[in-house]
Amino acid sequence: MNTVLALDLAYWQETSIKVLVVAILVPTTALILGIVFLFKVMSWMQSRLGPQEAGPRGLLQLLADGVKFLQKEDLVPDRADRIVFKMAPMIVLISTVLLYVIIPAGPDLIVEDLPTGIFFALAVSSLSVIGILMAGWASANKYSLMGGLRAAGQLIAYELPMVLAVVGVVIQAGTLSMQGIVLAQANGEIFGFSGFGNPFILTQFVGFFIFLAAVQAELTQAPFDMPVAESEIVGGYQVEYSGFRFLFFFLGEFATAFAFAAITSVLFLGGWYVPFVDPTSDLQNYLGPIVLFGKIMFVSFLIFWFRFTYPRFREDQLQTFAWKFLIPLSLVNILATAVLKVVF
Amino acid sequence: MTVTDSQKLAYVAAQAADARVNLEFETDDGMTLNMGPQHPATHGTLRIIAKLDGEQVVSCEPLPGYMHRGYEKLCEVRTYPQVTALVNRIDWLGSFANEVPFILAAEELMGIEAPPRAQHIRTILFELSRVANISLFLGDLGIQLGGLTIGFYAFRDREHVLNQIEAVTGGRFHPNFDRIGGLKDDLPKGWIAETHTAMQKLRDFCNQAEDLLIGNEIFQARTRGVGIIPPEVALSYGLSGPNLRGSGVEWDLRKHACPKGLAYDKVDWKVWTHPDGDSFSRCWIRLQETREATKIVDQLLDTIPAGPVMAKVPRIIKVPEGEAYVETENPLGAMGYYVVSKGDLVPFRVKIRSASFNNVSIVPWVTRGVLVPDVISILASLYFILGDIDR
Repeated sequence: MNTVLALDLAYWQETSIKVLVVAILVPTTALILGIVFLFKVMSWMQSRLGPQEAGPRGLLQLLADGVKFLQKEDLVPDRADRIVFKMAPMIVLISTVLLYVIIPAGPDLIVEDLPTGIFFALAVSSLSVIGILMAGWASANKYSLMGGLRAAGQLIAYELPMVLAVVGVVIQAGTLSMQGIVLAQANGEIFGFSGFGNPFILTQFVGFFIFLAAVQAELTQAPFDMPVAESEIVGGYQVEYSGFRFLFFFLGEFATAFAFAAITSVLFLGGWYVPFVDPTSDLQNYLGPIVLFGKIMFVSFLIFWFRFTYPRFREDQLQTFAWKFLIPLSLVNILATAVLKVVF
Repeated sequence: MTVTDSQKLAYVAAQAADARVNLEFETDDGMTLNMGPQHPATHGTLRIIAKLDGEQVVSCEPLPGYMHRGYEKLCEVRTYPQVTALVNRIDWLGSFANEVPFILAAEELMGIEAPPRAQHIRTILFELSRVANISLFLGDLGIQLGGLTIGFYAFRDREHVLNQIEAVTGGRFHPNFDRIGGLKDDLPKGWIAETHTAMQKLRDFCNQAEDLLIGNEIFQARTRGVGIIPPEVALSYGLSGPNLRGSGVEWDLRKHACPKGLAYDKVDWKVWTHPDGDSFSRCWIRLQETREATKIVDQLLDTIPAGPVMAKVPRIIKVPEGEAYVETENPLGAMGYYVVSKGDLVPFRVKIRSASFNNVSIVPWVTRGVLVPDVISILASLYFILGDIDR
């Protein structure tokens, strides 16, 4: 038993602590990514200053924006399907919150170590498609409808390469559990050297890039931002939303980016494992979250770097890229992984 | 405030006109998508009504007029020197270039020619406004197609050109500097060396734009083979400027029909054409033209002759009776002023031929059967300025 979680808690106490942690984590992580990448890194890449006034170096700007959103009028279009319209942002956010359930931040720091953890993650992440479709349809707006349908087509198309990229990792780790995947990397070795384990990016680098591309598409970020294309369909399914409902979409987008960056770090970069420390030691519970956070920021940087650099694909080019390039490539990757698994 | 009957009638007429347009587009099958007058892709107030079949455009109609400011009529109540302050606002990104054809037309009517130094500096400023205009086009192109970063680089580097224009004219956007018979002022001290540096920076920006956007695979996939305009169609719709040269027609007023009063015959440069006629070729032509314009400026800066910047012109300008039409190659295409004078202080009639109006008129033809995202890339590549469409 590790000391950090050595408290003897009743089931309801444990559950309420976990709910509280997730409820705090989701907006916090969205804030962190929003401030660091959307404001600071983006400004830096585009050679401008970014927000400077709110708080030290403008770091509180996003909080101010959040408060602004809360103050706005909650508008529902006249011809909208009111119930569906109001439910849609919640469903998107629920799919995000559920992703946080299976992200391990240390040997004991996980909400629930499901034996089918990564499968669960991929399943709940597709829930957001329903929310987006609902938003697109219920807004009674042609731009929203186009955006919603584009998003549905895109998310379904990119679900497949994502799953197939994960299959390679699962074959190599021999487990679906997130903790199991981290431990498989921690206990591995490269050419007989076991100092920092065997992060799967070394053997699954093709899978890593497929997964990153699919994550980019799942988050509807440029170059895959056709569903929200501001200069074309003016925000797509978000067109009619204002106030805190829009805030929900925003939170959902950035918290999902954080969650997917975390899943990428767990699958390919070794997760919370601190190199040169015994994976079962208690130190991992203290240092693990920091290491994981560093890796998440690195992956998020990659995601946002692509976002700020590339122009967007057209809808049919998106689909072609997924079906004719990413999926065959990931199938080849699975085959190669399976063969090598048997050989070695 | 009381509302007069005529105002009421005008309001009813406007409502009826709107209703008629909406009716025309709603009665047929398929979905009608209204873009604008407030839409980011129209960067201004162009309204585009597209009839769609799924995501495919069946027909697409631009409805300009939401920014009509009546400059042609306003010119009739302004004296000749006052007109430049108005026409500055037609193509607001390359504003000095708007003044030049009008001034040249007035000079032609009066039989005056600007001294060589003034012609030289006029040409330099003309090309500087072209660089300022088209460098922003490259940025806007990125913004339209989702690559935001190049947009900010464009705003950053256009600043170098605007600073140079400001140093000479005192105005960044609306110089109002060209005069009948020459220019308002001479160049400030040290300006030539600074402008050389600025041109080098703009060439660096062009290289950056080529790396980041024009050479990008996704950008090429979005624009190559999209919105093809064959040369004969381009000519029949009256396209001009880079849009015409993008269709492979080698026609540049600076080279082939340069009006008197500009110094283009003294420099060595190339007219770029592209045989494809698609969106990509139009963007590529503009990139090359920015580079070419910086070279023209560099050459002209080194060969500025000495002398006065103003010819002998009467204090009160009365233009003798007559008509003149002068057309120059502006950043957006051919821009012409047809000036009719009755020997008065003010022009009797000014007809402005602006490039964007004709360039946009091809939209219904070129967008037939394309996808909605392509409408955006085609509009971006045709590059219009709203003030230049509506005047």
